[in-house]
Amino acid sequence: MQVIETEGLAKVYANGVTAVSGIDLHVRRGEIFGLLGPNGAGKTTTIGMLTTRVIPTAGTARVAGVDVRANPVAVKRLIGVVPQTNTLDRGINVRDNLVFHCRYFGMGRDNARQRADELLARFRLSERATARVDVLSGGMAQRLMVARALAHSPAVLFLDEPTTGLDPQSRLALWELLTELHEEGQTILLTTHYMEEADRLSDRVAIMDAGRILALDSPKELKRAINHATLVRVSANGHLPDLAGLLGRVPGVARAEAHDSAIHVSANSSDGLLYRLVAQAEHHGWQISDVSVTEPTLETVFIALTGKDLRE
Amino acid sequence: MSLSAIADERPDVRATPQAAFRGLLLRDLHVVTAERGRFLVRSLSQPLLLVFVFTYVFPRIGQGLEAFGGRGSFTDVLVPGVVAITVLTKGIQAVALPLVQEFGYTREIEDRVMAPLPVWAVAVEKILVGAAQGLVAALIVLPIAVVMPAEPVALRISWPALVIVLVLAPTVASALGLALGTSVAPSQVPLMFSVVILPITFLGATYFPWSALGPIPWLQMLVLVNPLVYIAEGFRMALTPQLGHMPAPAIYLALIGFTVGMGWLGVRGFHRRVLT
Repeated sequence: MQVIETEGLAKVYANGVTAVSGIDLHVRRGEIFGLLGPNGAGKTTTIGMLTTRVIPTAGTARVAGVDVRANPVAVKRLIGVVPQTNTLDRGINVRDNLVFHCRYFGMGRDNARQRADELLARFRLSERATARVDVLSGGMAQRLMVARALAHSPAVLFLDEPTTGLDPQSRLALWELLTELHEEGQTILLTTHYMEEADRLSDRVAIMDAGRILALDSPKELKRAINHATLVRVSANGHLPDLAGLLGRVPGVARAEAHDSAIHVSANSSDGLLYRLVAQAEHHGWQISDVSVTEPTLETVFIALTGKDLRE
Repeated sequence: MSLSAIADERPDVRATPQAAFRGLLLRDLHVVTAERGRFLVRSLSQPLLLVFVFTYVFPRIGQGLEAFGGRGSFTDVLVPGVVAITVLTKGIQAVALPLVQEFGYTREIEDRVMAPLPVWAVAVEKILVGAAQGLVAALIVLPIAVVMPAEPVALRISWPALVIVLVLAPTVASALGLALGTSVAPSQVPLMFSVVILPITFLGATYFPWSALGPIPWLQMLVLVNPLVYIAEGFRMALTPQLGHMPAPAIYLALIGFTVGMGWLGVRGFHRRVLT
C-alpha cells in the first residue's frame, strides 16, 4: 500500500525558478523515507507540495489516496507536519499547544486534554506542561512539534530538515524517537542534507539534486549500486603512480589511483583484499606506512551521481 | 503506551472544517480572555484620553470648542467619534499587528494553516475574532464616553441603528486589519501608522460630522475613501442623530461594501502569504 504517490510532480515558481522538475515518488506504508540532497535541491518544495502549502505546477500527488490539489483539506486531516522552523503557538502554553491542536482536528474537550497529557508524558514534556513555549530548549521545542504533528494520528508524518540546528544530543534523541515511531508502524517522510541521518534512519532514500531524483533505493542498495563496494586508502613512500599501477593488478581491484599522497583503491570485494594489497606492495619492495578501509557512504553515492559534494 | 494504541481510543473524532473553525475560535478566545487586562488597557487608553482631554479638561479650563451649527456641543460630536476610533484601533490591534508578527517573525500561522479547513476560512476566523473584540471594546468605551464628559451628552439613541452599526463597524475594522496585516512587512509597521492609520483617524469624521466639511468640498469628497468616515457617521446616526449624518442607506451600503472589499483583499493577501 502506497501512502504517498507522485507522478511527474513539478513546481516552477512565479519568478521562473524550477524548484522541482517532474518527480515520481512512492512511499510505502510504515516506512521511513528519506529525501536526501543539498540545500536548494527541491526537498522543501516537494514537502510543501505534499502538505498542500505549495501548489504544484504540473503532475499529481496523492497522500493516502487523496489528491493534494483537488482536496487539500482532506489531505491536511491525514498528515502531520514538523516544519523547518519553530511554529509553536507562542500565545499559549506547552500543554495548550497540544490541546488546541487536538481541537482543530475535531476532538472534544476531554478527549483533547487526555490526548495532550498522554503526548506530554510520552514525549517527556509533562514537567513543562504549563511553561511558555518560547522558554523551551531547541530539543524540547522539537519534541513538542513532533508530538503536535502526531496528535491526530496522521497517516504520514513529514519532517523537514528535523535536526538542522539541534545540538548533537538532541539530534541523537530525535533519531531514537523516530526509530521508535517507525517500529510502531508510523509512516515517515523526512528531508535532510545529512547523509548520516538519511543512512541511519531511512528504509529507502531518494537522492535529490536540482529538482530531480537521481536515485531511489535502500541505503544499502544505493551504496552497492556504485560499482566499487570497498574503498582502501594506502599510504607509502616513493613514486606513488608506480605503486598505483602495481596495486591495480591485484585480483579484485577495479581501480587504483594516486592522489593526495596516497593510493585510493576501489575493489569489488573486501575478502582478503588488504592482505593481497600489502603482499603485492612488499613483494616489489615498497614500504607501506598505512592502510585504511572506508565503506562507501551515501556521500560517496551522491558524489558518484553528481560529481559534487553534499555540503551544507 | 504506543501512539497507535492511543489513536484507537478516540471515539468522537470528527475532523470537519466546522470543528477546526470552532477550534480556532476557542483558541483565540482563550488567548484574549487570558490577556483581558492587557485587552482593557489597549482598548481604553486612547479613547479615554480623548474623552478626558476634549470633553472634561477643555470645558473646565475654558478652552472652548465651538459647536456645529448650534445643533450640539463638541462633546456630542466626539462621543460617537471616540467609539468609532476605538473600533478601528481594535481592528488594527487585534488583527493587523499580530498577523504582521506571525507572517514576519514567528511563522506560527503555519500551525493554524495546517488545521483541516480551507485557508480562506482561517482568514475569515481572524476577521470574526477581531470583530468580536471590536464589539466588546465599543461596549466598554461607549458608557464611559457618555459618563465622563463635564457637560452631559445629548444622546438620542436609535437602538436598531445602534445594533446594526455595532455589528457592521467592528467587522469593517477587522477586515481592514486583515488587509493591512497581510500586506505589510514588520519593518513597514511604523510607516503603516504614519501613512495609513493616522490619516484614517484624523480624517475619519471623528472630530467633526462629515456634513460639517461642506466648506471644504474637495476634502469632503476625498474622505469618502476612508472607511472610518462611515463607522463614525454610523455611530453618530445611532447616538447623536441631531448633529446631522449621512443618509442611513449610504452608511449601511458603505459599511457592507468596505467589509466585502477589505475582506476580499485580506483573504486574497492571506492566501498569497501562506500558499505558493
